[in-house]
Amino acid sequence: MLKMNNVTKVFRTDLVETHALRDFNLHVQEGDFVAVTGPSGSGKTTFLNIAGLLETFNGGQYHLDGLDVSNLSDKERSRIRNEKIGFIFQGFNLIPDLNLFDNVDVPLRYRGFRSAERKRRIEQSLEMVGLASRMKHLPSQLSGGQQQRVAIARALAGEPRFLLADEPTGNLDSKMAHSVMDLLKDINARGTTIVMVTHDPLLAKQARRNIFVRDGKVSELHEVSAFAEDETAASKVANSKQ
Amino acid sequence: MFSYYLRLALLSIKRNPILSSLMVAAIALGIGASMTTITVNYLMSADPIPHKSDELFYVQVDSWDPNDPYDEPNEPPDQLTWTDANNLMNARKATRQVAMASSGAVIEPHGQDSKPFNAGIRLTFADFFPMFDVPFLYGSGWSESQDLAREQIVVLSRETNERVFGGENSVGRSIRIGGNQFTVVGVLNHWQPVPKFYDVTTGAFNETEDLFMPFLLKEELELPNGGNTNCWKSPEGDSFKAFLQSECVNYQMWVELPTERDKQDYLAFLNSYADDQKALGRFPRPLNNRLSNVMQWMEIQEVVADDARIMLWLSFMFLLVCLLNTIGLLLSKFSGKAAEIGLRRAVGASKGDLFMQHLVETACIGIAGGIAGLGLAMLGLLGIGSLYGDFAENLTSLDLTMVAVALLLALVSSIAAGLYPTWRACNIAPASQLKSQ
Repeated sequence: MLKMNNVTKVFRTDLVETHALRDFNLHVQEGDFVAVTGPSGSGKTTFLNIAGLLETFNGGQYHLDGLDVSNLSDKERSRIRNEKIGFIFQGFNLIPDLNLFDNVDVPLRYRGFRSAERKRRIEQSLEMVGLASRMKHLPSQLSGGQQQRVAIARALAGEPRFLLADEPTGNLDSKMAHSVMDLLKDINARGTTIVMVTHDPLLAKQARRNIFVRDGKVSELHEVSAFAEDETAASKVANSKQ
Repeated sequence: MFSYYLRLALLSIKRNPILSSLMVAAIALGIGASMTTITVNYLMSADPIPHKSDELFYVQVDSWDPNDPYDEPNEPPDQLTWTDANNLMNARKATRQVAMASSGAVIEPHGQDSKPFNAGIRLTFADFFPMFDVPFLYGSGWSESQDLAREQIVVLSRETNERVFGGENSVGRSIRIGGNQFTVVGVLNHWQPVPKFYDVTTGAFNETEDLFMPFLLKEELELPNGGNTNCWKSPEGDSFKAFLQSECVNYQMWVELPTERDKQDYLAFLNSYADDQKALGRFPRPLNNRLSNVMQWMEIQEVVADDARIMLWLSFMFLLVCLLNTIGLLLSKFSGKAAEIGLRRAVGASKGDLFMQHLVETACIGIAGGIAGLGLAMLGLLGIGSLYGDFAENLTSLDLTMVAVALLLALVSSIAAGLYPTWRACNIAPASQLKSQ
């Protein structure tokens, strides 16, 4: 699903050159749930931005769903983001003056779906996160946990195969964080590949695999033992796709 | 997607009402100032008789001083002498022809309560009315035989008919003008060509005359000269007849020449006429006769004043300043939307999508500015009207074309102003905005 080989990313200013990623190597299988941890400034978010085609990289190779994305145009990158990738952010990133329905509608608008199809998907997504009854509410009328659920509904509405989450529970209390985490696990169990950046080792343990990033490189990569309990949906999905 | 962009634009405008109002106000001020001067220039330079303006020709023959041209570098006089006007009329070489002059007299209405008043008179020939497509409310013009018979007949303007006869059909009724009895043969409907092309020597934007009567009555009734009278040598005698037969110019002449061939023939006739006059001891200057169609004549007579042109350019510069302010405000507004733009980029909007979205928003602001600017332009035109009085009365109205021009100008200007801020907004790096929210 995601294959990065020796990816490098350098941020340059007139005075400073910062190597955010150095020979970054990672393979994520279809249906996997990978938690990325590491200290601040280690390159986690840069990796996530490159994985989500929000940033370009300076060297190496990156294949997403079998496609080499190194030299795609802005329009092609936008299309892939829209069709294949869903994003969940720490700050929810909802548009404050759009109600929940219209917030979830945002990615669908760029997909070119007809009105009825968009409505079906929006209602289905909000239903899945338990907020179907509040679709005319504004984000400011919801709690933080509910706002993150809306953001998840927005990410899922386009039925992406790949979900990128950057500290999705960073702004939530522990109860809400668990609720959101349960939702992500449920989504993963339905076959969506998830890569999640987090500082929280307890949350990371709930993923199938953990990678630890230090100084722009993957320094550790291991299966999470607790994860073995629920009979890897990932491998199931991967097998079924094959 | 357009309706979606439109809805987002209206939401965005509502989100920042003060900033949006400032932008609308900046565009409105620029459009208001521009449209005021554009309207004045547009009306000044309009073709007053578009369907036949290239078939009507103003006649100039050079009867002037052998030592000095009428105007530098070698311009013939802009009017004719009485002698030349009559000779050219008698020759009848054009499809239609009219010599004319302005004059004035006192009208004495019948009723005891009505006071006498001064009226402007256009002395002309029968062809004047069909040649210039003059509209009639009642009756008609007069005939060529009535011209020659010097009948005391008159065509009234609609306003004069309302003032003297209360707006009734006055055809056949008599009216006392300058101490003489006239019979009304026709009443005009509203007729105000802008510019008043048939005689710009008395002011290109003046009102049309109150009365129209046969040209030859000038001699018969010794009617005074109106407008500008220019002489290069003094009349030979003090009598009215001596003045008429002098080399003083005070008469205008138009001919209708439907084809280029007609025009060439008429010009040849004018040159031949000038040669004949030279043989009689007149026309001491080299041949310099001219035929100018309506728009050429307006250009020669500089109907569009230089002041108006300068004001037009100044107003465009003011519009530019307003647009520069709008650019600044748009930059501020769009930078406030960086997080939303970042999010839209992340979920699949291309730069092109965002460019269109923000251009629609800019266009909405431009249209609102254009509508408000139209209001300001109307105020500006009212101001010009009250400042310049009668001169500007016919130059200060916005027609549908001008309304469309105002909206188009506002739209194009605002889109031009929005290009840079929109381009900047579309190039916001989404990654930096998503983390920072």
